[in-house]
Amino acid sequence: MIRLEKRPTPSQAWTVLTPPVAVLATMVAGGLMFAALGKDPFEAIRTIFYDPLFNDQFAAYSRPQLLVKAGPLILIAIGLSLGFRAGVWNIGAEGQYIVGALCGAGVGLAMYPSGSVLVFPAMVMAGALGGWAWAMIPAILKTRFNTNEILVSLLLVYVAEQLLASAALGLLRNPEGGGFPGSRNFQQWPAAANPELITGTGMHWGVVAAFVAVIGAYALLSRHLLGFQIRLTGAAPRAARFAGVNPTRLVVICLGLSGLLAGMAGLFEVTGPAGQISIDFGSGYGFTAIIVAFLGRLHPVGILLAGLLMALTYIGGELAQFMLGVPAAAIQAFQGMLLFFLLAVDVLSNYRLRFGTREVA
Amino acid sequence: MTDTLLALDGLTKAYPGVIANDGVSFRIAPGEVHALLGENGAGKSTLVKMIYGLVKPDAGRMALRGAPYTPDRPSEARTNGVAMVFQHFSLFEALDVAENIALGMENPPRRRELAASIRQVSHDYGLPLDPARLVGELSAGERQRVEIIRCLLQNPRLLIMDEPTSVLTPQEVEILFATLRKLSSEGTAILYISHKLDEIRALCDAATVLRRGKVVGTCVPRETTAREMAELMVGTTLHTPERRHRENGETLLELRGVSLPAATPFGTNLHALSLKVQAGEVMGIGGVAGNGQDEFLSVLSGESLQEPGRVFVDGVDIGALPPQTRRSLGVLAAPEERLGHAAAPDMTLVENALLTGSVREKLAPHGLVNWAATRAFAARIIEAFDVRTPNADVAARALSGGNLQKFVIGREILQAPRVLVVNQPTWGVDAAAAATIRQALLDLAGQGAAVIVISQDLDELMEIADRFAALNAGRLTDPRATAGLSLDEIGLMMGGAHDMEVAHAAQ
Amino acid sequence: MAGISIELLLASLMVAATPILFAAIGEMVVEKSGVLNLGVEGMMITGAICGFAVAVETGSPALGFAGAALGGAGLSLVFALLTQVLLSNQVATGLALTLFGLGFSALIGQGYVGIKPPPTGSLDFGPLSDIPLIGPVLLRHDLLVYVAIALTAAVWAFLRYTRAGLILRAVGESHDSAHALGYKVVRIRVLAIVFGGAMAGLGGAYVSLVRVPQWTEGMTAGAGWIALALVVFGAWRPWRVLLGAYLFGGITVLQLNLQAAGVRVPVELLSISPYLITILVLVVMSSDRRRVALNAPAALGRVFHASS
Repeated sequence: MIRLEKRPTPSQAWTVLTPPVAVLATMVAGGLMFAALGKDPFEAIRTIFYDPLFNDQFAAYSRPQLLVKAGPLILIAIGLSLGFRAGVWNIGAEGQYIVGALCGAGVGLAMYPSGSVLVFPAMVMAGALGGWAWAMIPAILKTRFNTNEILVSLLLVYVAEQLLASAALGLLRNPEGGGFPGSRNFQQWPAAANPELITGTGMHWGVVAAFVAVIGAYALLSRHLLGFQIRLTGAAPRAARFAGVNPTRLVVICLGLSGLLAGMAGLFEVTGPAGQISIDFGSGYGFTAIIVAFLGRLHPVGILLAGLLMALTYIGGELAQFMLGVPAAAIQAFQGMLLFFLLAVDVLSNYRLRFGTREVA
Repeated sequence: MTDTLLALDGLTKAYPGVIANDGVSFRIAPGEVHALLGENGAGKSTLVKMIYGLVKPDAGRMALRGAPYTPDRPSEARTNGVAMVFQHFSLFEALDVAENIALGMENPPRRRELAASIRQVSHDYGLPLDPARLVGELSAGERQRVEIIRCLLQNPRLLIMDEPTSVLTPQEVEILFATLRKLSSEGTAILYISHKLDEIRALCDAATVLRRGKVVGTCVPRETTAREMAELMVGTTLHTPERRHRENGETLLELRGVSLPAATPFGTNLHALSLKVQAGEVMGIGGVAGNGQDEFLSVLSGESLQEPGRVFVDGVDIGALPPQTRRSLGVLAAPEERLGHAAAPDMTLVENALLTGSVREKLAPHGLVNWAATRAFAARIIEAFDVRTPNADVAARALSGGNLQKFVIGREILQAPRVLVVNQPTWGVDAAAAATIRQALLDLAGQGAAVIVISQDLDELMEIADRFAALNAGRLTDPRATAGLSLDEIGLMMGGAHDMEVAHAAQ
Repeated sequence: MAGISIELLLASLMVAATPILFAAIGEMVVEKSGVLNLGVEGMMITGAICGFAVAVETGSPALGFAGAALGGAGLSLVFALLTQVLLSNQVATGLALTLFGLGFSALIGQGYVGIKPPPTGSLDFGPLSDIPLIGPVLLRHDLLVYVAIALTAAVWAFLRYTRAGLILRAVGESHDSAHALGYKVVRIRVLAIVFGGAMAGLGGAYVSLVRVPQWTEGMTAGAGWIALALVVFGAWRPWRVLLGAYLFGGITVLQLNLQAAGVRVPVELLSISPYLITILVLVVMSSDRRRVALNAPAALGRVFHASS
């Protein structure tokens, strides 16, 4: 009989070890899943985790993709992690990502075909504001009407997806696009484009923003009183009120920041890798970022690493799809499994396993 | 009473790092009222949990009426005639009295019959109860009645009562004792757990004293002085805090008609509280749990805000100021619940020092936390209040109740408050730590601060307070000087047993 | 409003409401036991594909629904293991369930895109179904519509009149008190979670086998989240949850009919109306904090660990 015994103080070692253990467990379970699909598990795991970085044939294409995919994941996850730490559950980052992209693209297209250097910064601002505003809906409903932010932020994703479809078909459709849905391609408009900054690296402004966000969040959480208040509110809400934390303000800040970052991520994506507003622009980054945030233990540095790893599963997944015929959905299930294992192993940072003597509980 | 109902023989139970019970043996005869005496942490709760089937002993035997008794779960204990009234209630606020009682029975009758027998039994034992009321709406004393009735309906042979009087007024205690004596005369044995020596001397036939998990003595309470029992329990001679001579200072804190609607469905509304506390004074606020103590503290700590003109410190209206601004004015507080309110359980002591210390100790200038200074502040608290901890980086939850309480009280006192409000400062704290804390509060008042001590421990208030007022259903009585105040008068201030009379009238 | 038959509208309302009614009643029981399982969407979509696959492979819709209930319950067991045994955060675990469910269902569903499932027959009430209005609206449905209503009644009676129901409510109210009285908190919660999973699975299969009926990825389209909102709307009471599900079904059907009828309202606005109305209803129901605190199970979402 195994039972759990609460540790007096959370284990530092397990806090760091949990994600790697979860990744290993996921590889094993994922391997079994691939085997069940009739694929060689070792080859599948190697294709996902190794080939994108080191295979002579694919690495040249795959390596830059790592930053391209990790950028938005990290940017969004950093924002989410602040809220998750405070017990504010924004799970509608996908919607904020879409609305950010729509607002930024809309502002940009209104200035078409200006060549001003201000076009791109204005779009970034508009994107950030759009994501922020979309996140303010659950924030205000939560603080004014006590409405559950989880459900509202999530339901707004479906609303945002409809807005996206509507914009791609109507308002933002490329007038020179021959009637096809989708906006103008920003990559072909230098003033609004978010290009690869250093050739062959995948580095674009969104990746830069992600790195800045990592550093900013690190400083906020470790050195600033606001960061302390965020952690305190998540750890002990009543103690936070006693300490003088204003819960309304904290909800607005956390949701606002995460919306802002998700909106920026959307804008960088639409002006960069995606290129245009299209019906299938929403790529699920907003949801995968939730996994990234948890896998990174809600810690900025952890999120940086987790974002890179999760980006690898995307690229490796595509590669496995192309090379081995592993279905795309398998990767999604694989990512979900990763979160399961993480949550399962997580118990070890706060509890010890005891074997033997049975306790009547 | 030569026969034995329950015999314990060498019961031992160890938890990681602590042996809760070490070879505990004693016997209880039918109809005997047996006291289990010991300080907080002496192992009383673990012992009764073993008797009630909630915890399994590592070693030792129990025998009930001569037959081996090894309850695997509480229902087994109940079918064997062992019932228990919990210290922290085992009740459900959103369910009604009858449902609560049914949950504690093995084979409850149909609802209508159950309601009838609840009325019957509660009337017979002088503990009136309405089966249809929601438990959340009941006072602490009435809730205890629910627990007792739940036990009585099963005709127990042994009734375990864990600190039953901590939620009662002195008058209600008398009624409870009458009930218990009636039960005992009918042959029900009672295992009575307490650390209140006068009660034990008034009620119990025999006493077993536990210290650090071991039986350190037995006695017949009626033939033993309270002081002898106390020394047996604590192991050393107790130090009584020194009261200093006090001169009347000027009014430092004033409440003018403070009212507050309850924040939770079963909370207490505060009604027009008025109070003046002088510099250098210890003001004691008594009352049974759940009469507005938490709400009262929240009005002073700033967790609940007031309209202008209600709360003044030094003539400054602070009623609408948030907690941190109040701290900058020297108004500090230490809530009752240590884990989760006064301190964040999962955060380190350093972080918990920052929790209230950031303003007055200037630990976060311009919002940037100075961790070195915070660490030094935490170290000062640990040093000055003898907090037993390996270092300042352990989580608050790792500390024992007494040590964490010393940390919490110390954190506020070291910030040199002008007004300090504490709720239940020594609840669940061992005697030595309690003495330290009480002395520190007296010293603080001696330095000219106004100290408000909210407590359900009347002995504590009589020991350290200059004046006494009671909270009763969200109302505050006029304060009176503690010198010369009798227990009866205090009881009446706390509401006496008025709800009993009302309930009797309703029958 | 030309071209919209009231009879047809009401009849399809019942069909549209049934999947979310299944899921919401199941989730309500889970929440009554003090557990918040946000994975309803994931369990529904899993149920949708499990039910579809089993029905197609066996040719029996009945076996399909059984398979769906098993699939939903199976996934909910993962949630139960993580939250009740390994004490993980319920919010995060619920999200994981949804993310995994969406991927897992898409994986299984690959071979089933574009296939028509065996039809689920309507019940035959004989001449009763020819009664004007009542017949076409109420008495021409498949069995599952009535099963959902019957389950609502059963859950209501269970919670109100049975001892097991009382124990379930008690565990959701205070797991510490229930534990002190000797009730097996974890076991009771696991059972509730599995029931919720099976119900969500049934709801999902109703979408893929009856309502649509075919398989497409992500076809539950937020129904699980709406079911979660309905529990709040229903204030944790079965008949009010049913009312909420039917109101919601009505809105869905109405907006689809309006779209089909070419009413001069933007299609997008109509498509988002179910989500917006759900949000609106949540706001109205939540704004009275005291009432919510009174209705919601007090231990909802809290982690239980027997420490003594």
